[in-house]
Formats: sequence, structure tokens, C-alpha cells
Amino acid sequence: MLHTVNKSPFEKNSLETCLRLTEQDSTVLLIEDGVYGALKGTKIEDLVSESLSNVKMYVLGPDLMARGLDKNSLINNIEIIDYQDFVKLAVENERIQNWL
Amino acid sequence: MEEETQSGVIKKFLYVNRRAPHGTIYAHEALEVVLIGAAFEQDVSMAFIDDGVFQLKKDQNTDGIDTKNFSKTFSALEMYDVEKLYVEKESLDERGIKEDDLAVDVKVISSSEMKKLITESEVILNF
Repeated sequence: MLHTVNKSPFEKNSLETCLRLTEQDSTVLLIEDGVYGALKGTKIEDLVSESLSNVKMYVLGPDLMARGLDKNSLINNIEIIDYQDFVKLAVENERIQNWL
Repeated sequence: MEEETQSGVIKKFLYVNRRAPHGTIYAHEALEVVLIGAAFEQDVSMAFIDDGVFQLKKDQNTDGIDTKNFSKTFSALEMYDVEKLYVEKESLDERGIKEDDLAVDVKVISSSEMKKLITESEVILNF
């Protein structure tokens, strides 16, 4: 199952709830303001790092670049993908949950 | 000739920015309103709190999301005599952002200093 999160984790609890209620081996894709959840050195870094043993996490590159962020800003093992990869994930997964 | 605005009154304006830059229109709209305030020769200060600090992150490139990269406007604010940009330190720390990561010169202040700034302002606009 693919989960997308598009809200900043500092403004809403969408990411936190997503990670709490997401089944093992799911895929989580951070888009729009959701990409801030992938930053290292934040107050929620530990929560996100720990979740990486359960889920595979991606962040959408164009949204990251728009916000002045890049690979060096991210927690290890979070992968940057492009729009085509996003489409692929959407096709590969039978269901998608968008945590708004 | 004496300096005077059309109304003859100069007030201390504070624009409070608490939203991240591209997910919503707030940050962009705030800048538009700031420039209007500056055109009326008001005493303008900007405060960046919570996710608002992300607005000032340097190296923003919006080519991939087809929106206007309004972050460049921050470096032009000086030309409009908008020079007082205040950033709350606690907000930077929570987000792993350092003063060096910001695109323009700002004054990083503590929560208690921010409290004082808000208290001393005459007109406060929140975005």
C-alpha cells in the first residue's frame, strides 16, 4: 500500500498518524510540504528514522528542490524520486491512502 | 520639505509569517501585502515563526513545480526599505535550519525577544 503525506509535520500531525497506522512493508511518499518530514536535525527526526525499519520512505524531488533542500538535508535511507517514479509507485500499489 | 506620508501617520507594522512557502499561497500573498505597506512608507518589520522560517531557505528552485520562485523577492525587500526581518531561534532549532541556510540577512531572536516585538507593534498582520 502506498501512503502519501503532503502536510508539514510541524503544522499538522498527518505524518505522525500515518507512521503510527501504517502496516509493515508499506511505502510512504512525502510530497509538497510533507517533504519537511524527511529533514535531519529536526524535533521529529527520531520518529521518522525509527519508522524506516518498518516502511520504505521516498520524497518527491521537485518539491524538495522548490524548498531549497537536497540529498544532504535528508535523513539517511530516504530516497529521492521524480514524477515518473511517483506514477510507477501509484501503478504498482493496488491502493493509495493520501494523508491530507 | 518635511517627510510626510499621505495620511501623515507612520505606524509600526508587523507581518507575522508562520507558513511554509509553497504548499499554500499564504507566504506569497504576505509578500505582496508587505510591499503595499512599504509603498505607503510605513515602518515595516517582518517576523518569521514556526514553518515561516522555511520561506527564507536559500537555493529554492521551483522549476520542477511550475510556480513562481518568490523567494527571490526577499533579497529585493531592501530596495523598498523593508530591512527588519526577525527570525525566531526556537523555530529554526526545531527544524534543523541554521542562520547560514537562510537567503538573506536577518536578525535571529529568542522567543522572549519576539514576544516584545509583537507587543511593541501597532498593526499586526498574520499569514
